[in-house]
Amino acid sequence: MKLQVLGTGCAKCNQLATAAQAAAERLGVEYELEKITDFMRFADFGVMITPALVVDGKLKVAGKVPTDAELEKMLTT
Amino acid sequence: MKIPAAELKTAAGLTGVLALLYYLPVGTPGFDSAVHESLALAKWYAREHVILCLIPAFFIAGAIGAFINQNSVIRYLGGEAKPLLAYGVASISGTILAVCSCTVLPLFAGIYRLGAGIGPATAFLYSGPAINALAIILTARVLGWELGLARAVGAVVFSIVIGVAMAWLFRRDESERQSAVIQQVPTDDSDRPLWQTSAFIAALVGILIFANWGGADDPGFFGKIHAVKWHATTGCAALLGVMLWRWHQRPAWQVLCTAVATAVAAYLSGRPEPAFLCAAAGLAWMTAGKADESGEWFSQTWSFAKQIIPLLIGGVLVAGLLLGRPGHDGLIPSSWIDSLLGGNSLAANAFASVAGALMYFATLTEIPVIQGLLGGGMGQGPALALLLAGPALSLPNLLVIRSILGTRKTLAFAALTVTLSTLSGWAFGSFFPA
Repeated sequence: MKLQVLGTGCAKCNQLATAAQAAAERLGVEYELEKITDFMRFADFGVMITPALVVDGKLKVAGKVPTDAELEKMLTT
Repeated sequence: MKIPAAELKTAAGLTGVLALLYYLPVGTPGFDSAVHESLALAKWYAREHVILCLIPAFFIAGAIGAFINQNSVIRYLGGEAKPLLAYGVASISGTILAVCSCTVLPLFAGIYRLGAGIGPATAFLYSGPAINALAIILTARVLGWELGLARAVGAVVFSIVIGVAMAWLFRRDESERQSAVIQQVPTDDSDRPLWQTSAFIAALVGILIFANWGGADDPGFFGKIHAVKWHATTGCAALLGVMLWRWHQRPAWQVLCTAVATAVAAYLSGRPEPAFLCAAAGLAWMTAGKADESGEWFSQTWSFAKQIIPLLIGGVLVAGLLLGRPGHDGLIPSSWIDSLLGGNSLAANAFASVAGALMYFATLTEIPVIQGLLGGGMGQGPALALLLAGPALSLPNLLVIRSILGTRKTLAFAALTVTLSTLSGWAFGSFFPA
C-alpha cells in the first residue's frame, strides 16, 4: 500500500512518518512511504493542518499524530 | 588523492571557530559587559519566568492542542463558509491553530487555495503568529500587560482590515484558485462537552494569571486581588484536580498525592516555586505515556517545551549580548537605538515596522529582542509596531508567500502590514507614552 505523510518537516510530521512505518511493519504489509513536504501540494489532498496521513489516496488523519492502535486500524481498513 | 568534502567542511569549521576566538575582543570593557549582560538576562528569565509562567503556559498550549478539535475550526475557513464568519474565525483562530509556528504557512496556503480565499487567508497570516496562546502570555508577562493586550487586540482588528483590503484589491482574480474541497477526516474524538473543555482550560489559565498577578503596591482593584492571589491560585489548582479526577479519569489517589505533595512543598518552603514544580511533576506522573487524551495532552505539552525552550534560551542570550538589559548597554549602544526608535515619531514607528517585516524571529524570540530594545530607549509605539509586523512577516517568509500569491499580492500584503503596523504603533504610543 502507498503511505503518504504530509508535513513541512516539523517534529510531529517526522513522528507521524516513523509511527506509520512502524505500524505497517508490525502488520507485515508491503508499503511504500512518501513524505510530502511541499505544502503547495497539501491542497491537492484537501489538507489544511499537518501532519496528515494519506493511505492509498485516502486521507486518514490530519492535525495530529494518532496512537499506534489507531494507526494500525487506519492501515487495515 | 581526493579529499572528502566532509573533511574539508570540518577543517573550514575549525578554522572559522579558531579565527573567531583569535580575534575575540575579550578584555575590552564593551565586550565583557555585553557577555555579562547576556548571562544576566538569561538568569533573569530562568528565575522570573520559567517556573510560574512558562510551565503553566506550556500546559495550556498542550491542552489547546490536545482537547480542542482543530478540524471543527477549519470548517469555518472553508469555501462554503459565510464571508463574515470566515473573517471573524480567521482573525482569532490563531489562538487555537497556530500554537506551532510551522503550521502558519501551510494553513495560510490551505485557506487561500481550498477555502475562504485571499481575505481570510491574509487575515489569518497576520494575526496567527501574534495571538497564539504562548505569545500573548509571554508578551504580557515580560513586556507588560498593556503591550500584551495591545498586541492581541491590534493583531485581531488589523488582520480583518488587511484581509478585507486584500480581498477588495484583488476582487477580480479570485477565479484562478482551485476548487478542491477540504476533506473532513472522520474523528473518533471523545464526546466531552465543550463546557468541560472550556472549564478545564479556564482553570489552567486561572492558575497562570493569579500566580503572576502584580500590583502589590496598588491600593485599588489590582492590590485587592494581589492580596488573595495565592488563595485564588490554590482554588484554581484544586478545581483542576477535581476535573482531572472526574472528567479525565485520573485515579483519585494520584490526584490526592499530588495535591498533598504540592501543599507540603508550599508550606515547608514558603515559596510558590517548589509547589509549582511539585504540581507539574504530579501532572506529568498522571498523564505522561498514557494512551488516552490525557497522554496526548502531556505529549503536546512536552513537544512545545522541547521546541521552544532552546529557541528562547538562544534568543535571550543573543538579545542580551547585542542589546543588554534595561539600563545597561550590550554590543549595540543605546544611543543608536534611541536615535532610530526612541520616542513615538512616525519615522520611528515606520522604521520599526519595516525592520520587523524583514527580520526573522524564531518562535517567541521577538520578546527578549523587544525587551532589549525597550531598555535601550525604544518607545512603546515602535515596540508595538515591531511586535505586530515582526512575527507576521520576515524575508524568508515573504519569499514563501510570493510562491503562493505571486509578486503583486505579496507586495500589497507587505505594504498593508507595514502601513497598519506603523499607524497602530503610533496611536498606541500616543496613548501610552513611556
